[in-house]
Amino acid sequence: MALKIVKGSIDRMFDKNLQDLVRGIRNHKEDEAKYISTCIDEIKQELKQDNIAVKANAVCKLTYLQMLGYDVSWAAFNIVEVMSSSKFTYKRIGYLAASQCFHESTDVIMLTTNQIRKDLSSPNQYDTGVALTGLSCFVTPDLARDLANDIMTLMSHTKPYIRKKAVLIMYKVFLKYPESLRPAFPRLKEKLEDPDPGVQSAAVNVICELARRNPKNYLSLAPLFFKLMTSSTNNWVLIKIIKLFGALTPLEPRLGKKLIEPLTNLIHSTSAMSLLYECVNTVIAVLISLSSGMPNHSASIQVMKYLGLLAMSKILKTHPKSVQSHKDLILQCLDDKDESIRLRALDLLYGMVSKKNLMEIVKKLMLHVDKAEGTTYRDELLTKIIDICSQSNYQYITNFEWYISILVELTRLEGTRHGHLIASQMLDVAIRVKAIRVFAVAQMATLLDNAHLLTGNVQRKGICEVLYAAAWICGEFSEHLDNPTQTLEAMLRPKVATLPGHIQAVYVQNAAKLFATVLKSQEGNTDSTAAQETSQLMIDRLPLFVQSANLEVQERASCILQLVKYIQKLQQKDVEIAEEVIALFAGELNPVAPKAQKKVPVPEGLDLDAWINEPPSESESEDEQPRAIFAKEEPKHSRPRHTEVDEKELAKRREARKQEQANNPFYIKSSPSSQKVYQEAPGVEHIPVVQIDLSVPLKVPGLPMSDQYVKLEEERRQKDRADKKKKEKKKRKEKRSGRGKRHDSGPESEEDITPAHMVDIVTEEMPENALPSDDDDKDPNDPHKALDIDLDKPLADSEKLPVRSHRAAEVLKSPAQDGDAESAASQEPKKKSSKEKREKKKDKDRDRKVRVTCLQHYSPPPSPANHTCLILSSTSRISNTISPSTLWVFDDKKSSKHKKKKQKKEKEEKEKKKKKKHHHHHHHSDGGGEESVQNGTVEEEEPLPVSRDGPDQVNDIQGNLQDGSQVVVSVIFENKCDSFLKSMEFNVLDSLNSKLQRPEGSGPHDGLTVPFQLPPGVSNEARFVFTMQSIITPQKLKGTLTFIVKDSSTHEKLDFKLHFTCTSYLISTPCYSDAFAKLLESGDLKCSSVKLEGVVMPFHHLLARICFRHHFSVVERIDSCASMYSRSIQDHHVCLLVKTSGQTVSIDAKCDEPTLLGNVLDEIKQTFSQC
Amino acid sequence: MIKAILIFNNHGKPRLIRFYQYFAEDMQQQIIRETFHLVSKRDDNVCNFLEGGSLIGGSDYKLIYRHYATLYFVFCVDSSESELGILDLIQVFVETLDKCFENVCELDLIFHMDKVHYILQEVVMGGMVLETNMNEIVAQVEVQNRMEKSESHMERMLLRRHLEPLSPHSHELG
Repeated sequence: MALKIVKGSIDRMFDKNLQDLVRGIRNHKEDEAKYISTCIDEIKQELKQDNIAVKANAVCKLTYLQMLGYDVSWAAFNIVEVMSSSKFTYKRIGYLAASQCFHESTDVIMLTTNQIRKDLSSPNQYDTGVALTGLSCFVTPDLARDLANDIMTLMSHTKPYIRKKAVLIMYKVFLKYPESLRPAFPRLKEKLEDPDPGVQSAAVNVICELARRNPKNYLSLAPLFFKLMTSSTNNWVLIKIIKLFGALTPLEPRLGKKLIEPLTNLIHSTSAMSLLYECVNTVIAVLISLSSGMPNHSASIQVMKYLGLLAMSKILKTHPKSVQSHKDLILQCLDDKDESIRLRALDLLYGMVSKKNLMEIVKKLMLHVDKAEGTTYRDELLTKIIDICSQSNYQYITNFEWYISILVELTRLEGTRHGHLIASQMLDVAIRVKAIRVFAVAQMATLLDNAHLLTGNVQRKGICEVLYAAAWICGEFSEHLDNPTQTLEAMLRPKVATLPGHIQAVYVQNAAKLFATVLKSQEGNTDSTAAQETSQLMIDRLPLFVQSANLEVQERASCILQLVKYIQKLQQKDVEIAEEVIALFAGELNPVAPKAQKKVPVPEGLDLDAWINEPPSESESEDEQPRAIFAKEEPKHSRPRHTEVDEKELAKRREARKQEQANNPFYIKSSPSSQKVYQEAPGVEHIPVVQIDLSVPLKVPGLPMSDQYVKLEEERRQKDRADKKKKEKKKRKEKRSGRGKRHDSGPESEEDITPAHMVDIVTEEMPENALPSDDDDKDPNDPHKALDIDLDKPLADSEKLPVRSHRAAEVLKSPAQDGDAESAASQEPKKKSSKEKREKKKDKDRDRKVRVTCLQHYSPPPSPANHTCLILSSTSRISNTISPSTLWVFDDKKSSKHKKKKQKKEKEEKEKKKKKKHHHHHHHSDGGGEESVQNGTVEEEEPLPVSRDGPDQVNDIQGNLQDGSQVVVSVIFENKCDSFLKSMEFNVLDSLNSKLQRPEGSGPHDGLTVPFQLPPGVSNEARFVFTMQSIITPQKLKGTLTFIVKDSSTHEKLDFKLHFTCTSYLISTPCYSDAFAKLLESGDLKCSSVKLEGVVMPFHHLLARICFRHHFSVVERIDSCASMYSRSIQDHHVCLLVKTSGQTVSIDAKCDEPTLLGNVLDEIKQTFSQC
Repeated sequence: MIKAILIFNNHGKPRLIRFYQYFAEDMQQQIIRETFHLVSKRDDNVCNFLEGGSLIGGSDYKLIYRHYATLYFVFCVDSSESELGILDLIQVFVETLDKCFENVCELDLIFHMDKVHYILQEVVMGGMVLETNMNEIVAQVEVQNRMEKSESHMERMLLRRHLEPLSPHSHELG
């Protein structure tokens, strides 16, 4: 054996280490991938070896390969093995690898819980540190829940090194397990005043992260932070605190005043630029003094320029005016060679625009668009221009003609990806701003006419989206077209067939709309040939689209083609048909808000999940249905009816719209002065288009013309101002009000700029009764939402963190303590009808079978999992681990032959008649004067035939035992029935060997009152202490649980058995091989052996199973032979030598107590006979 | 919070990557490539901040980097971190590396990625800044290195003992 170890070590000397691997990769530059794949093969071989050093080396190399982009998740289990090495060197390698490649869906993570817990409580602070660091990277909700309490304990560790790590990791725990925040918060707060600056800094860090998301919950900490701010010298801490105050001050204005002094002190005293910046930043947030924020933006250093812009964007939010005076400076930044600065400046501009400067800013931006190099930046500019213009529902646009021409100009951009953005803007404006339609249609018609400019270049693919909008606008608002025939012709050009399918589809559909308009205009004429020519044009051109590869285009084209052919026929008979064709497209299309669908309230009593009719059986009515469809569809074709409906509908809509405008905040009402006339006009349709139209000739796209609008706008404004002055003079003469005085001298203010058009920005439609809610802006997946927890409320009992170790004394708490919680919980179930209970009573009278089933909560992990439990740390202290097992108790009048899962399901189906209880057993030892944290771990498992006539049920009981005499069993009672259970009494028939500990003064056969009541579906835990004499034999204790079902007031009884196995008294204790050898040589031990036949599982699985189920730890393993060790709570040593050959496993065992040994071996045998 | 720390050289070869948020390996590589692309085309005399990088993106995040000789140190942080504070932190980290490796150069990072990770672990933990005091960081790193040394020493001793012809222990059970 020793030789093998030596051999392993010598082998290792020839293995590649990380440095060799790196060197190798560098030497194989040509065939790197091939070289690495051979290396991975080597690593796989190395991972198969037993020597942990070899494995660790392999894992280390994998970490490097992971950085190069290789997926190493296949080695996750090996990483766990290395993590559980007792040597710090290897443990660190393992945790590093785990932190690099584990994530929430890595399934082996769940196997690490015990290992991590063990490391956390390691006496070596660096083991703990490494575990905390690793855990911080891959903590999952499960790990957070299971380890929260352990980490909380570490927050008060003696070593500051551990304390600071524990404090920091709590934030991660909170994120994954928000319930832990409230119980942990007091201690976290305490750490703000930790003597060690590192711990303090960590606590500040965590609270700042928490407060950033939900500042209002942390206002109460302000005094504490204030104290820290004046006392701390750590710049990092100061920065964090100052940042935190920045978030707090908006919520508590009084804070601002208090902060002035310390902040100015800091600003004057600190030499750290970073601290200075944050101070200034906070000063800005606090709105104390803008002047101290200003030095930033004149700094020539790029860094300061950037930060200055950043700071300004913050000022902007609250003090927009003070930033606007720096507009020129910001516009200058657009010329900066640094893209970061340019983008920041753009962001700022977005916030600074007003009605007054919008045109100017956009003009400047358009210049930049022309100059800009690199499509990314240009695209960014383009989106920003559109963002700026369209923000807050086009709030700042006074002249929509200008905006449309800007959009048209933007279509000239080469290679932009944002065609669809421009298109959607065009559509939006054209639909929602009615007054602009005439202009928009004219512009779009020119666009369509010049479509070849947009589509000619392959590079301009993105921009052809614009044609989609152009075609739709021309079609939908075709009545405004000057020359519809020409546009129709343009839309039917053969070139159109090269456009993307969805655009062609729009072309075809809108060609039909145009056709209708053209027909109407031509039918008025005396000459009917023109109309027939138009039809002929359609018939000639449409077949091109009928052949389209795009289904949508094809469908629409063929449909319309048939329609036109029919129309032509009628035309030849001189039938007036235009009106009817127009009716096809009557009615208005209104914009619908994106969230409208979601906001339709569900009417009362509507259950969308319920069947309206019984679901039809498969066979029925299959042949009937198609017929029904045809029959129904025919009458729909009658056209006149269609129109009627539409007219009614239209009238209704018009009425509704007027209503809407009256209430619409976005409806830009004319200012009381110059445009009063328009306001008085009854409807938007009658609004005269302002004379500007005449002065701007329509331009072919390709020539910038938006500039002219800027000029025109200036002139118009001046005129407006002049008008206003006149009026005001008049007003003053009439001695009405002097309100307008300031207009005489000062620059015009926002409100004075009147829009060029009487603009009706139609709001998007929302369903009636839509509830105004802002919650849909919040991201439901935001992990920080869960942390919005009130921290000042006192802790409720139910909120305590799941504690893994208990003192026995806790069991005997008086029931009164739980009284409050119970009575609150009991309110609800009272409402339940008593019918069910009566039924239940009936059932109860029949023969009743009681069964107790124990289920393991996390069922024994699959084979590789067990392996983890196999390698135990060398520390003497063992953390207390409980895998909770579950004991079910329920009445069942049916036969009891079910598998556990099945039972559960079936029960739920017939739940009315049954009561189920959920028992949850943990065994704990009494602390016996010592900290109970230091308990050993014992897990046990053996079959337990409990039910009177049911089959054998597996009962997995696990628990902690420490000293030889006392065992704590904690039982979780879960009420699975529908009634309220009270007055529960737990009693166990004492044996000679084991006794249930009862309170003083009670008789030896009295039951213990369970200190709570159980509403339906609720579970709670109670603990009971047992005293054990001898542990060398397994024991079964019979017990009963009596309880009263409320409302029936009869006592009911459930029998169960508690099974204490011998392995449950074993504590998995690590043992060094030297000590192990010495123990064997000592000769005190008795020998025994057992043979297992037909075991078909890999050897390491077998070992893992023994370790996991029977609490052994592996001392040494060589090939198919391993030595294992465990110790009982009364200090019996148990040694095993497990050998395997083929399907036979032989176990030689030694122990100083032969009876115990025999029983343990029997239990092991039983474990393997079951699988 | 720090979302990721990337160290790569002037050619975009990763020297250390540390993500505090899960990304699959190919995504990680893509992020490295993109970040390198963004950072490398910037002059040394422009500012050390960079917004965007669609992958690591989100408006709340920015890249803060420093360029030392052949290496870029890039931190991706959200708005809870102070920009200048992080710049200082990068400096502290690099100076710590310099102390631990004695005149650190790219080769040290290439061949001792694990050690660099261990040093980084003392500075940043799970995306949050753990320690900014260089002496403290160096002290903790050194203690751990000593532990590692003593462990390997012990192993060698054990090995020597096993190599002696008469092994005093037998683990076979009678």
